[in-house]
Amino acid sequence: MTQTVAAPAPSRRPIGDLAFEILATAAGVLVLALLGAIIVSLFIGGLPAFRQFGVGFLTSADWDPVQQVFGAVVPIYGTIITSILALLMAVPVAFGIAFWLTELAPTWLRRPVGTAVELLAAVPSIIYGMWGFFIIVPFMGDYIQPVLIDWLGDLPLIGFLFQGPPFGTGIFTAALILAVMVIPFIAATMRDVFQTVPPVFKESAYGLGCTTWEVMRSIVIPYTSTSVVGGIMLGLGRALGETMAVTFVIGNTNRISTSLFGPGNTIASLVALEFPESPAGSLKLASLLALGFLLFVISFIVLAISRLLLRKGKVA
Amino acid sequence: MSNSITEADAKPNIGTVSTRSTEALNEPRIAIRNLDFYYGANRALKAINLDFPAGQVTGMIGPSGCGKSTLLRVLNRMYDLYPGQRATGEVLMDGENIIAPGIDLNQLRSRIGMVFQKPTPFPMSIYENITFGVKLHERLSKADMDERVEWSLTRAALWAEVKDRLHSSAMGLSGGQQQRLCIARTIAVRPEVILFDEPTSALDPISTLKIEELIDELKREFTIAIVTHNMQQAARCADQVAFFYLGEMVEVAAAADMFTAPKQKRTQEYITGRFG
Repeated sequence: MTQTVAAPAPSRRPIGDLAFEILATAAGVLVLALLGAIIVSLFIGGLPAFRQFGVGFLTSADWDPVQQVFGAVVPIYGTIITSILALLMAVPVAFGIAFWLTELAPTWLRRPVGTAVELLAAVPSIIYGMWGFFIIVPFMGDYIQPVLIDWLGDLPLIGFLFQGPPFGTGIFTAALILAVMVIPFIAATMRDVFQTVPPVFKESAYGLGCTTWEVMRSIVIPYTSTSVVGGIMLGLGRALGETMAVTFVIGNTNRISTSLFGPGNTIASLVALEFPESPAGSLKLASLLALGFLLFVISFIVLAISRLLLRKGKVA
Repeated sequence: MSNSITEADAKPNIGTVSTRSTEALNEPRIAIRNLDFYYGANRALKAINLDFPAGQVTGMIGPSGCGKSTLLRVLNRMYDLYPGQRATGEVLMDGENIIAPGIDLNQLRSRIGMVFQKPTPFPMSIYENITFGVKLHERLSKADMDERVEWSLTRAALWAEVKDRLHSSAMGLSGGQQQRLCIARTIAVRPEVILFDEPTSALDPISTLKIEELIDELKREFTIAIVTHNMQQAARCADQVAFFYLGEMVEVAAAADMFTAPKQKRTQEYITGRFG
């Protein structure tokens, strides 16, 4: 009797198993559905703008609500240039933090500093925005920018990057704030992946007489390069889409200025500023949605490039 | 007859850990004096005295956790990488205490190479694996470097197998080949002493045999210390054997004496397989 009870028919599965499988599958499919829905709705919302301006939307630097002429070049330029500048500043610092935390810091300091890095990552962007506006902008305007303009503004070839009035706001300040915001993300990722290198590899290299830096350069970085690139892309993703902090400090002018201290805008900051003044059904609203769609496309391209880099890294 | 090297003549010198009275053994290259080692508060090595005779193989045996691998990691200061680990006493090499603070660790590790339990080829080509360590300490021309690569791979009995694919990845080699590559990488730096930490425990019997033959060859040029779990391996490779138990060095003697006439009861029990 016990036998018949203990051996259920193998084809029949408990109802719980089946329910769980359906729920898990639904959760997985939901991701795809959400992603698709967002892209499609952005595209449809932006369609009037694409129809009206055609390719011109991507090549025009105009943003003129009075004439109803809208172009995406300036915010796209601002988005990309601030993000790249931010990464240029953030990656070396983040690497330094991760290197110090994994190899150099005394043990009793590693945990508190590591936790501080994670806390920095959790600071809301509006805080960075206010801090940037009230502290960093005046500081940049009073001290940093005048000095840089003095020193570098007259140099041949690169001088044009450092000219203009020192307002404190602008592309460079926005990039600086972005850098501060993405440093914790990149540093935390780098630290985590540096710790995954098997000690025996590091010991082998130390055993040959490597210095700490040589072990880092020749063993740890090659071993973790793919994840490090992944961490940097995570930071880049955040920088591309960051809205509030950038809006506070970038100057919000629809102009491509050659100077890094000149004002500009990004896709996210432009949308945040103009959205309240865009009536439903207007061409302006359609243009903003089209911009949102473009930001999506840029993020996808970044993701695709990073995937490509990672694949190359694996083959080598 | 005082210079005789027949081990059968060597009489054990009861009551002292020094092996210099054993005629088969050379002058020490490294001399450990009164060494204590701590993992935090845990004393892992207790008052060790041991000489490593130059140009010979010293085998270190004992059950797991007895401190034999710890001793190897003292010799090249690998423990320095980890906070909370420290050694006291003296480890003398050319009259210098190499566990004293202020020693140039990178230079020390180029003089005392190490081969690990598992093969650890770096994810680069075979050629680059060899040149990696050399470049840290020397600037060689391309021709000299090529020569060094061939020299070390030949010494490691690997040259014939890899000479046609020096620039392919080292990760494609078999386990035994990888371990010989690691040996080649170590000797390419031209150390004076080589430490082997159970170098064959992850290998098949054929590869093990090759490595053991290699160790026999290498001792002409290098002083060798080998940690092993395998008693037969110690008997085959070592000139001198030290038995460790619970952080103490119970006994050290010429290999022939150790395996035929151990003086301590614990040694005898271990080598006859009664524990460990």
